[in-house]
Order: sequence, then C-alpha cells, then structure tokens
Amino acid sequence: MNLADITIADAGRLLSSSQASAVDILDAVLERASMTEAELHAYLTIDRDGARAAAEASDRRRASGDAVGPLDGIPIALKDNMCTRGIETTCSSQILAGYVPPYDGTAVRLLKEAGAVVVGKTNLDEFAMGSSTENSAFGPSRNPWNPDMVPGGSSGGSAATVAVGSALGAFGSDTGGSIRQPASLCGVVGVKPTYGLVSRYGLVAFASSLDQIGPFGRTVEDAALLLEAISGHDPLDATSYRGPTPPYSADLEQGISGLRVGVVREFSGEGYEPAVESATQAMVDRLADAGAEVVEVSIPSVDMTLSAYYLIAPAEASANLARFDGIRYGLRVPGETTEEMMARTRAEGFGPEVVRRVLLGTYALSAGYYDAFYGKALQVRSVVQAELAAAYERADVLVGPTSPTTAFEVGAKAQDPLAMYLCDICTIPSNLAGHPAISVPVGLDDAGLPIGFQVLAPALGERVMFRVAAEVERLASFDARPAMARSLV
Amino acid sequence: MPIDIDIAHVARLARLALTAEEQDRYRSQLGAILDHAARVQSIQAADAGVGHPLGFTNAFRPDAVTPSLDRDEVLRMAPESRDGYFVAPPALDQES
Amino acid sequence: MSRPGWEAVIGIEVHVELLTDSKMFCGCRVDFGSEPNTNVCPTCLALPGSLPVPNETAIDWIARIGLALNCEVSPVSVFHRKNYFYADLPKNYQISQFDVPVCHDGWLEVPVGAETITVGIERAHQEEDTGKSVHVGDGGRIHAATETLLDFNRAGVPLVEIVSKPDISTAIEAKAYAQELRAVIVELGVSDAKLEEGSMRFDANVSVRPEGASEFGTKVEIKNMNSFRSLERAIDYEIIRQIDSIEGGTPIVQETRHWDEEAGVTQGMRSKEGSSDYRYFIEPDLVPMEIDDHWQSRVRAALPELPATRRSRYAGLGLDPHLAEVLTGADPGLRDLFTATIDAGAGARAAATWVTGEVTAWLRREDKSIESSPLDGTGLAELVTMIESGDLSSSAAKDVLDGVLRGEGRPREVAASRDLLQVSDEGAIESAVDDVLSANPDAVERYRAGETKVTGFLVGQVMRATGGKADPKVVNRLLGEKLT
Repeated sequence: MNLADITIADAGRLLSSSQASAVDILDAVLERASMTEAELHAYLTIDRDGARAAAEASDRRRASGDAVGPLDGIPIALKDNMCTRGIETTCSSQILAGYVPPYDGTAVRLLKEAGAVVVGKTNLDEFAMGSSTENSAFGPSRNPWNPDMVPGGSSGGSAATVAVGSALGAFGSDTGGSIRQPASLCGVVGVKPTYGLVSRYGLVAFASSLDQIGPFGRTVEDAALLLEAISGHDPLDATSYRGPTPPYSADLEQGISGLRVGVVREFSGEGYEPAVESATQAMVDRLADAGAEVVEVSIPSVDMTLSAYYLIAPAEASANLARFDGIRYGLRVPGETTEEMMARTRAEGFGPEVVRRVLLGTYALSAGYYDAFYGKALQVRSVVQAELAAAYERADVLVGPTSPTTAFEVGAKAQDPLAMYLCDICTIPSNLAGHPAISVPVGLDDAGLPIGFQVLAPALGERVMFRVAAEVERLASFDARPAMARSLV
Repeated sequence: MPIDIDIAHVARLARLALTAEEQDRYRSQLGAILDHAARVQSIQAADAGVGHPLGFTNAFRPDAVTPSLDRDEVLRMAPESRDGYFVAPPALDQES
Repeated sequence: MSRPGWEAVIGIEVHVELLTDSKMFCGCRVDFGSEPNTNVCPTCLALPGSLPVPNETAIDWIARIGLALNCEVSPVSVFHRKNYFYADLPKNYQISQFDVPVCHDGWLEVPVGAETITVGIERAHQEEDTGKSVHVGDGGRIHAATETLLDFNRAGVPLVEIVSKPDISTAIEAKAYAQELRAVIVELGVSDAKLEEGSMRFDANVSVRPEGASEFGTKVEIKNMNSFRSLERAIDYEIIRQIDSIEGGTPIVQETRHWDEEAGVTQGMRSKEGSSDYRYFIEPDLVPMEIDDHWQSRVRAALPELPATRRSRYAGLGLDPHLAEVLTGADPGLRDLFTATIDAGAGARAAATWVTGEVTAWLRREDKSIESSPLDGTGLAELVTMIESGDLSSSAAKDVLDGVLRGEGRPREVAASRDLLQVSDEGAIESAVDDVLSANPDAVERYRAGETKVTGFLVGQVMRATGGKADPKVVNRLLGEKLT
C-alpha cells in the first residue's frame, strides 16, 4: 500500500492508530508529485518547507493527544485562487505573478485550524475562466488518465492532484462547474456546495453571485469530511449562510430507499457522448433497483441557462477584475498617464480568455445593451430557479451526467470559445440557483477515460445529496486508478 | 439579429489597450458569443431577483475598529511607492 | 443674481462623510489625521479575495438623516456597483446605490432672510469614499502633474449623498439650503461636516431658462466649492455665464465644470466623450437591506430636536428671527443655559441676548466651555433681574458676569465684592449732582443757552463722582429738574 493512494478516512485511522505519521503521508504525496508533476503540471507552487512544518506540528499534536479532527495531518492542495498568507497566489495570471497575499482566506484558515497540511497551490484556468485548465499563463495541466487530454477546468490542477495522489484531498472553486466538471474528467468526487455555505472571503472573485469553494476527494466520504471543515458562517462574507451546518458524513450509510430521484430530461441528446448517456442511464436503473423512486423532470430553460451564465458571470467579472490596475499590487506596464498605464497593464497582464470575458461583461452592462443582455439574463436566472423549485416538488434530488463528454484532447477546443462553454451545460443550473451538486465517478469510456454522474439537491440539501452520492458510489464500485498512479504503486 | 459592437469603446471602458488586430479578433468572437447569448431575449418577461440566491437579507457588521495591515507590508506589494504613498503616473481626467 | 427675463434652476448634491468609528465595509479606523496608508486592510485596498460587509451604524445614521429630512425610508434597498476607473478608487468601482436608495422623497424648510422656502429632497443614498490623490509637480495642479501619490486611508469611509430636487432658483437660496442642511447634519451628530476639510462637499447642478418657460435648460454640474461663500459665488458666476453664452448664440453643453476660487470662474474639465457609462449593477457581494417599521421607529425615537423646530420654538418665546436663528445655531450647552435661565424666571429676550452675546464672547475670549464654567441658569437669571431692578448698570453687569464666570460667587456676591452695586439712594445722588453743577458753571450756562447736549457731559461727571454706581435714570431726572 502506498500512502499516496489511501483515502482521507483511511489516513485518519492509520494516524490515530500510529501506523503512519503525517510526515510519512506527506512524504508519500510529495514523492508522487515529484514523479508526476513534469507531465501533469497540476501544481503551480509546492510549499515543501511549510508543508513539512505543518505535518511535524500535526504529529506533535497527535503525540500529545491534541489532534484536532479528521483532517489533522492530511495533505491537501489548494486552487491558486485561494489566498494563502505568505504563499504566492497567482490565479494563473501574469497580472498576479509573484503576488503574495498578506492574509489567509477564511476557508484556508479553517483548514489550517483543522490541522490540514497545505502541500501547495494548484493550476487553474486564469481567474477560473475556462473548462480545461489550458488558459493558464503558466502552461496547461494534463489529465492523469491520459496526459494528451485536459483534466477539465477551471480547477483542473486540484482534480488532477487527487486523481494521481499528489494530495489526498483538494479544494477548488465552482462558478459554472469548475469543480464538478474536472472531477468528472479526472475520475474523482467533486462538490459544489450551496451558495453561502462556504465563505468566499479570500477566494479571488470571478463571479461573486455564483462562486463557491468546494472539495475534491477520492470518495464521497472524503469529500464530506473536507466540506465539513470549511462550511459555516463567516462574518467577513455578507452572503454567508447563518444557520447550522450539519455533519454531511452522517447519513452516508442510510441508502436511498424511498427517496425520489428526478432524471433531468434536458441533460441528454445532441452533444452528449453515447458512453456518457449509457453510463448515466445504467446508474439511474441501478438507483431504481436500490429502492429509489425514479421520476422524469424537466428544466425547460436549460438551453437559455448557458447563455444567461455567459452574460452574468462575465458582467460580474468585468467589475471584479477591475482592481487589477497596476497600482497597489501585481504587474505594472508603464504608461504616460494613469489611464494608459492601467490599459497597458491589463492588456498585457490578462490572457485572451480573460480579456474576452471582461469585454463581454463590459458590453453586456453598458448603456444601451444592459436591458437586452444582462437584464434578460437575470430574468432567465429567476426562471431557472422557479423551474428547479418545481422539479424539487416531485423529487428529492435530481440526477444526470456532470459533463456531456469525457476528457478531450489538449488544444481541441482552445480556438472555439463557444464549444468550450458548452462543457458547462449540465453544471450551470446549480450555480444560477445557488444549489449544491456533486459529481461521482461511475465508470470509464472505451478510451479508459472517467465518466462522472451528477447529483443535484435543493438549497442546503447537502445531507440528502451526500446520501444519494454515497449510494451511487456503492452501486458503481468504481475503483479504477489512473495508469499514471497505478504504475507507481 | 446582427450584434453591433463598438469594440474600441468597450475596450476603453474596460481599460484594455488592444491593437487593431486584437480589436478585430475580439469583435468577431464577441459577435459569435453574443449571437448565442441573445437567446436570453426570448425569455417571457419575468421578475429578476435583486439579491442573494437564497433570499438572505441584512448582513451587517458592528461599528468596531479591527486591526489594519502593516504599512511596510502593504507598500512592499506595490509596483511603485515612496514616503508612505503608492505612486502612479499623472492622472489625465478627474474620472472617466 | 440673475438677469431680467431669465430664471435659474438649481439642484444641490451634498456628500457627507459619516464619523463612524470604522469604515463603511471594513473595520479600519476612520481617522483623518493618520499617516498615509496606515488605516488600510485587504477590503479597503481591494486586495484580491477581500469582501465588503456593511457597517450597521452607518445604515442607522443614513436612516436618521433621511427621517430628519422628512424622507421615506425604503423597506428594502440594495447596493449597486458604480464602475469607473480612477487611481484613488481601489476596486475601480464604487459601492453605491442606484435605483433603490435607503431614503427618498423628503423635504427641508430653509430660512432665506425673512422668508422660508421648501426644498425637496430627491434621495439620500449610502456609498463609500475614495482615497486621496496628491498630484505632484508644478504646484500640485492636476493638469500639469508629473505623478500621483495615493493614500487610501479615506477609501471606504462611509459617505451619504443627499440630492435635492431642482427647487432652488438663486445662489442665495442655494447657500441657505446648504447652511440649513449642514445645521441638520451637525445636530444629528453623524458627521463633523467640515467644508474646509471636505467632510461635507457640495456640487451644484445649474441650468437657466427664459422666465416662465416650462422646459429645463441644459444643466451643468459645478464642483470644487469648499465654503458656503464659494458655493454662492460659483452659482452666481455660472448663471450669468450661461445666460451670456445663450444670448451670444452658443448653446450650453452638458458638462462638469470646476470652480476656480482664485480666478472666480468655473472652468470646463477635460473629459472624453461618452466616458460616463457607469454600468451599474447590483453588488453581488452584499445582500438587500430591510429597514422595517421597528427599525425606523427606533431611529425616529432617537432623533434630536432639529433646527427648524427649535427656531420656531424660540420664536414662540418672543425672540425676534435673528436672535432665534443665532440661538438655534449655538452650542448645546449654551442653549441649555438659555432654557435654564428662563426657567429661573428671566425674560426670554434678555436671557437670549446675554447667552448669545456677552456669555459667548467671554467664553470665546477665554477659550472656555460653558460646561466647565460655574455660571448656571439661576445665576444668569439673577444677573438679569439685578439689571431690570436697577441694582446693576448694564456695563457693571458685564463686570459681574466676568466675576461669576471666574468663580468669584453668585452675581449679587460678585457685585458686592467688586463694589458694583448701583446707587439708587436719591440723597446721595442729589448731593453728587449739586457738586457737579457747582463745579461746572460754564456747562450750566451753555445748557441754559439752549445747548442741551451738554447734559451728556454732566451725567458723565456725576457717574464719575459716584464711581459709576449711580442709577443713570435717577441722575438724568435730577439733573433735568435742577437745570430747569
């Protein structure tokens, strides 16, 4: 057994029974990273010294009986748009190259308080804008199942670390599917929590009304443990949920007997790969066999949600990214006037996808176009919320594929923004509604690439979501490992 | 419907110094994306929400002072600083 | 000042910095005297990942302002982002309000000379201040600067913008409105409202039209007036400039003009065409504010007496408009002294005259506050009574007041110890009069020859002989009797 390939739950048992130390586990994942990073480029920064110090501190706590919980001593990776005090945080952008935040984001602080060992910062599409992790100023990441393929995005680096074993768990951010889609493409579990459940303080904003931090784990249980550590009210985030956060790992064994599972009719058809469709259908059938009541539901405006998303998110981004102006931090390209300096800094510092979305958002909000574009997009958002509310009157959870396709080749969609945007068709409705959703691996396609199955739940429905996801995991018994990890065992 | 985009104006609003070639490229890419995005215009008129996706309201903080950052640390991040100030090139307009 | 055949339409926008302990959206200290960039944090510096959380006291205070200005308070209101790039605006958008401000549709009664006008309040909304730019090079003038120094201590200080309706038609009215609004803000205790330091800032929207026209002319926004006087001058200048321009055949263009205090003119600012597209949208980092009836009642119950109410209360006590106005604007301690003085039996007019006159002058001269002085309402009423009963001359009363304020005792005690009690004993005064008349035969001669103004000299002599303590009324009467 290689300690880089165990689950967090297993690691906890090994640690508490003194069969392994936090330093042992860290060494294993660092070794895995050193063997895979040249090919994968999942990490932008590995903080060996900081991680070692944290692992040693964890071992000392445990030796004195002061271990603080299930994540104490667990090596994790953080997407590089989560601010870490003293560790470079770049968002994969030239405009933030070398930027070292003077503070920890709330989720990062909570993870450190829970004893987690931060291994490093992972690659992403610049400012989380993308679905392939190709839009990184520091080079693309690759899929551990096949390095010719993308890992998905924008949290592709985080997904890849968990898949390959260069971290036991990881965190990303999901604005339109940026956790679930790479989880699906990399064969791991990924969770987008209810909007407001996890503080956004310290997450570099892409689209504030949609962004949520969430976990990647190798199992549903691991994902639940990781989410428990970071959820809860934060007075530094005005959009933060103020109620109690139940233990998400509590109901995992309960099964799904009597639960109503809604199959979303619109999540199939043109653009969906046959392997994805058949794997999805097979899982639905198994859920029915396992005691679920399967119903068909409809979200008629799905077609419009993609359009609405690609107006709302860029509009918010155009303002969120305005602060990168060459004055207080980050890149500056000189200019004769402030205006010229700002315009040159931004044109040079942002990559093409970011420029494209900032232009798109600026246009959608500008005088004369607001009503026709941004205003209409907000109406679509209300409509999809209403449609989901209606669906949840008939079902406890909704299910479908996470992504219409499995991983695609690096470069395949890089020149076609619209084709890339279509990757998010199944994940966007949850973001627009603020609802939670999870992607669970259920199989491989003929090319040996993972297929993800998505479970959607209503707002604050994490408990039932995890309960169903755990059943999906049991029914799929997906235990394949990427060749890259397998060969190293 | 053909989408009309004054790309130079939009780029200036967004403070992006684009070359003529870049402007052409982005104009045509935005045209294609907006053509697709224009689907939202077929929505039946509906109320747009004004707030939090879950309907939360009234999140405030008490009027209490919390520690500020150390100035040296703050100015170390800056491309240019002097005498406790951030330094920028001269302003052309008051605001725009 | 206008010109026959023309009328001006004026609206005033006021920015008031709230004097909360901490900033609008973060916990940094609000303090205008600090070293540059010392009251800054991730949020007010717009570091990546930071978020705003609104200061509840600031919201309380804008509700207070709105209720004092007779506004409706919106049961639900939201923040918007106002997008524009400027070096001293850290996020390059300002968190402000757009179509749903906290307060709207109010009014303020404004005394203008002997008249009172009512100026409508369009809205009062909550926003945040920018940092400060110092333009370096060539005397700090913006156009010739070689670089900009930036201090973000002020960035994020709570700012309330109060927009009047275009109900003002002269520069004098505009100034009176601004002064009255300032008095209200000061009374509410929500800002130090110092014009010269920029904690209260006025912009004016000015247009002109032929008298009686129903359509508005093209409006011009004037900025950079940092005193009531410059507000008045700038508007006067701008009205005439616009009339001259139209009469000269050049239509007015909508623009922002800067008031140049030294040159006494308004000047157009360089700006690019179509540049003010603020792309407002709802601030997604914040949630809507619900200021329900309970919250409103709580704020309303805590409102202090406002200047207009106080002014009319004073007028009701018999004070003339000027005295009522002066007392209305006096420090709270002095107004309390006035009330205590009339409660102790003094007449309102006399009490107000003493409080706003001699008492205020003495405190200013000695740089003391009324709260720390031994003078109370009973004492001042005693002083007033002594004057009215003839026990003290009014000049001696000033001496007595000085003694009381210096802690020498009650007025009667001070008058006695300083030997200032007026002599009303006719026998003593009569003998002094006789002495003066016999010592000044020339004056008596001239009086009898018809030069009656010589009386003044004779009264003065008697007063001198009595050490200033003789009751002047008695002296006058006795002199008159003896000279005829």
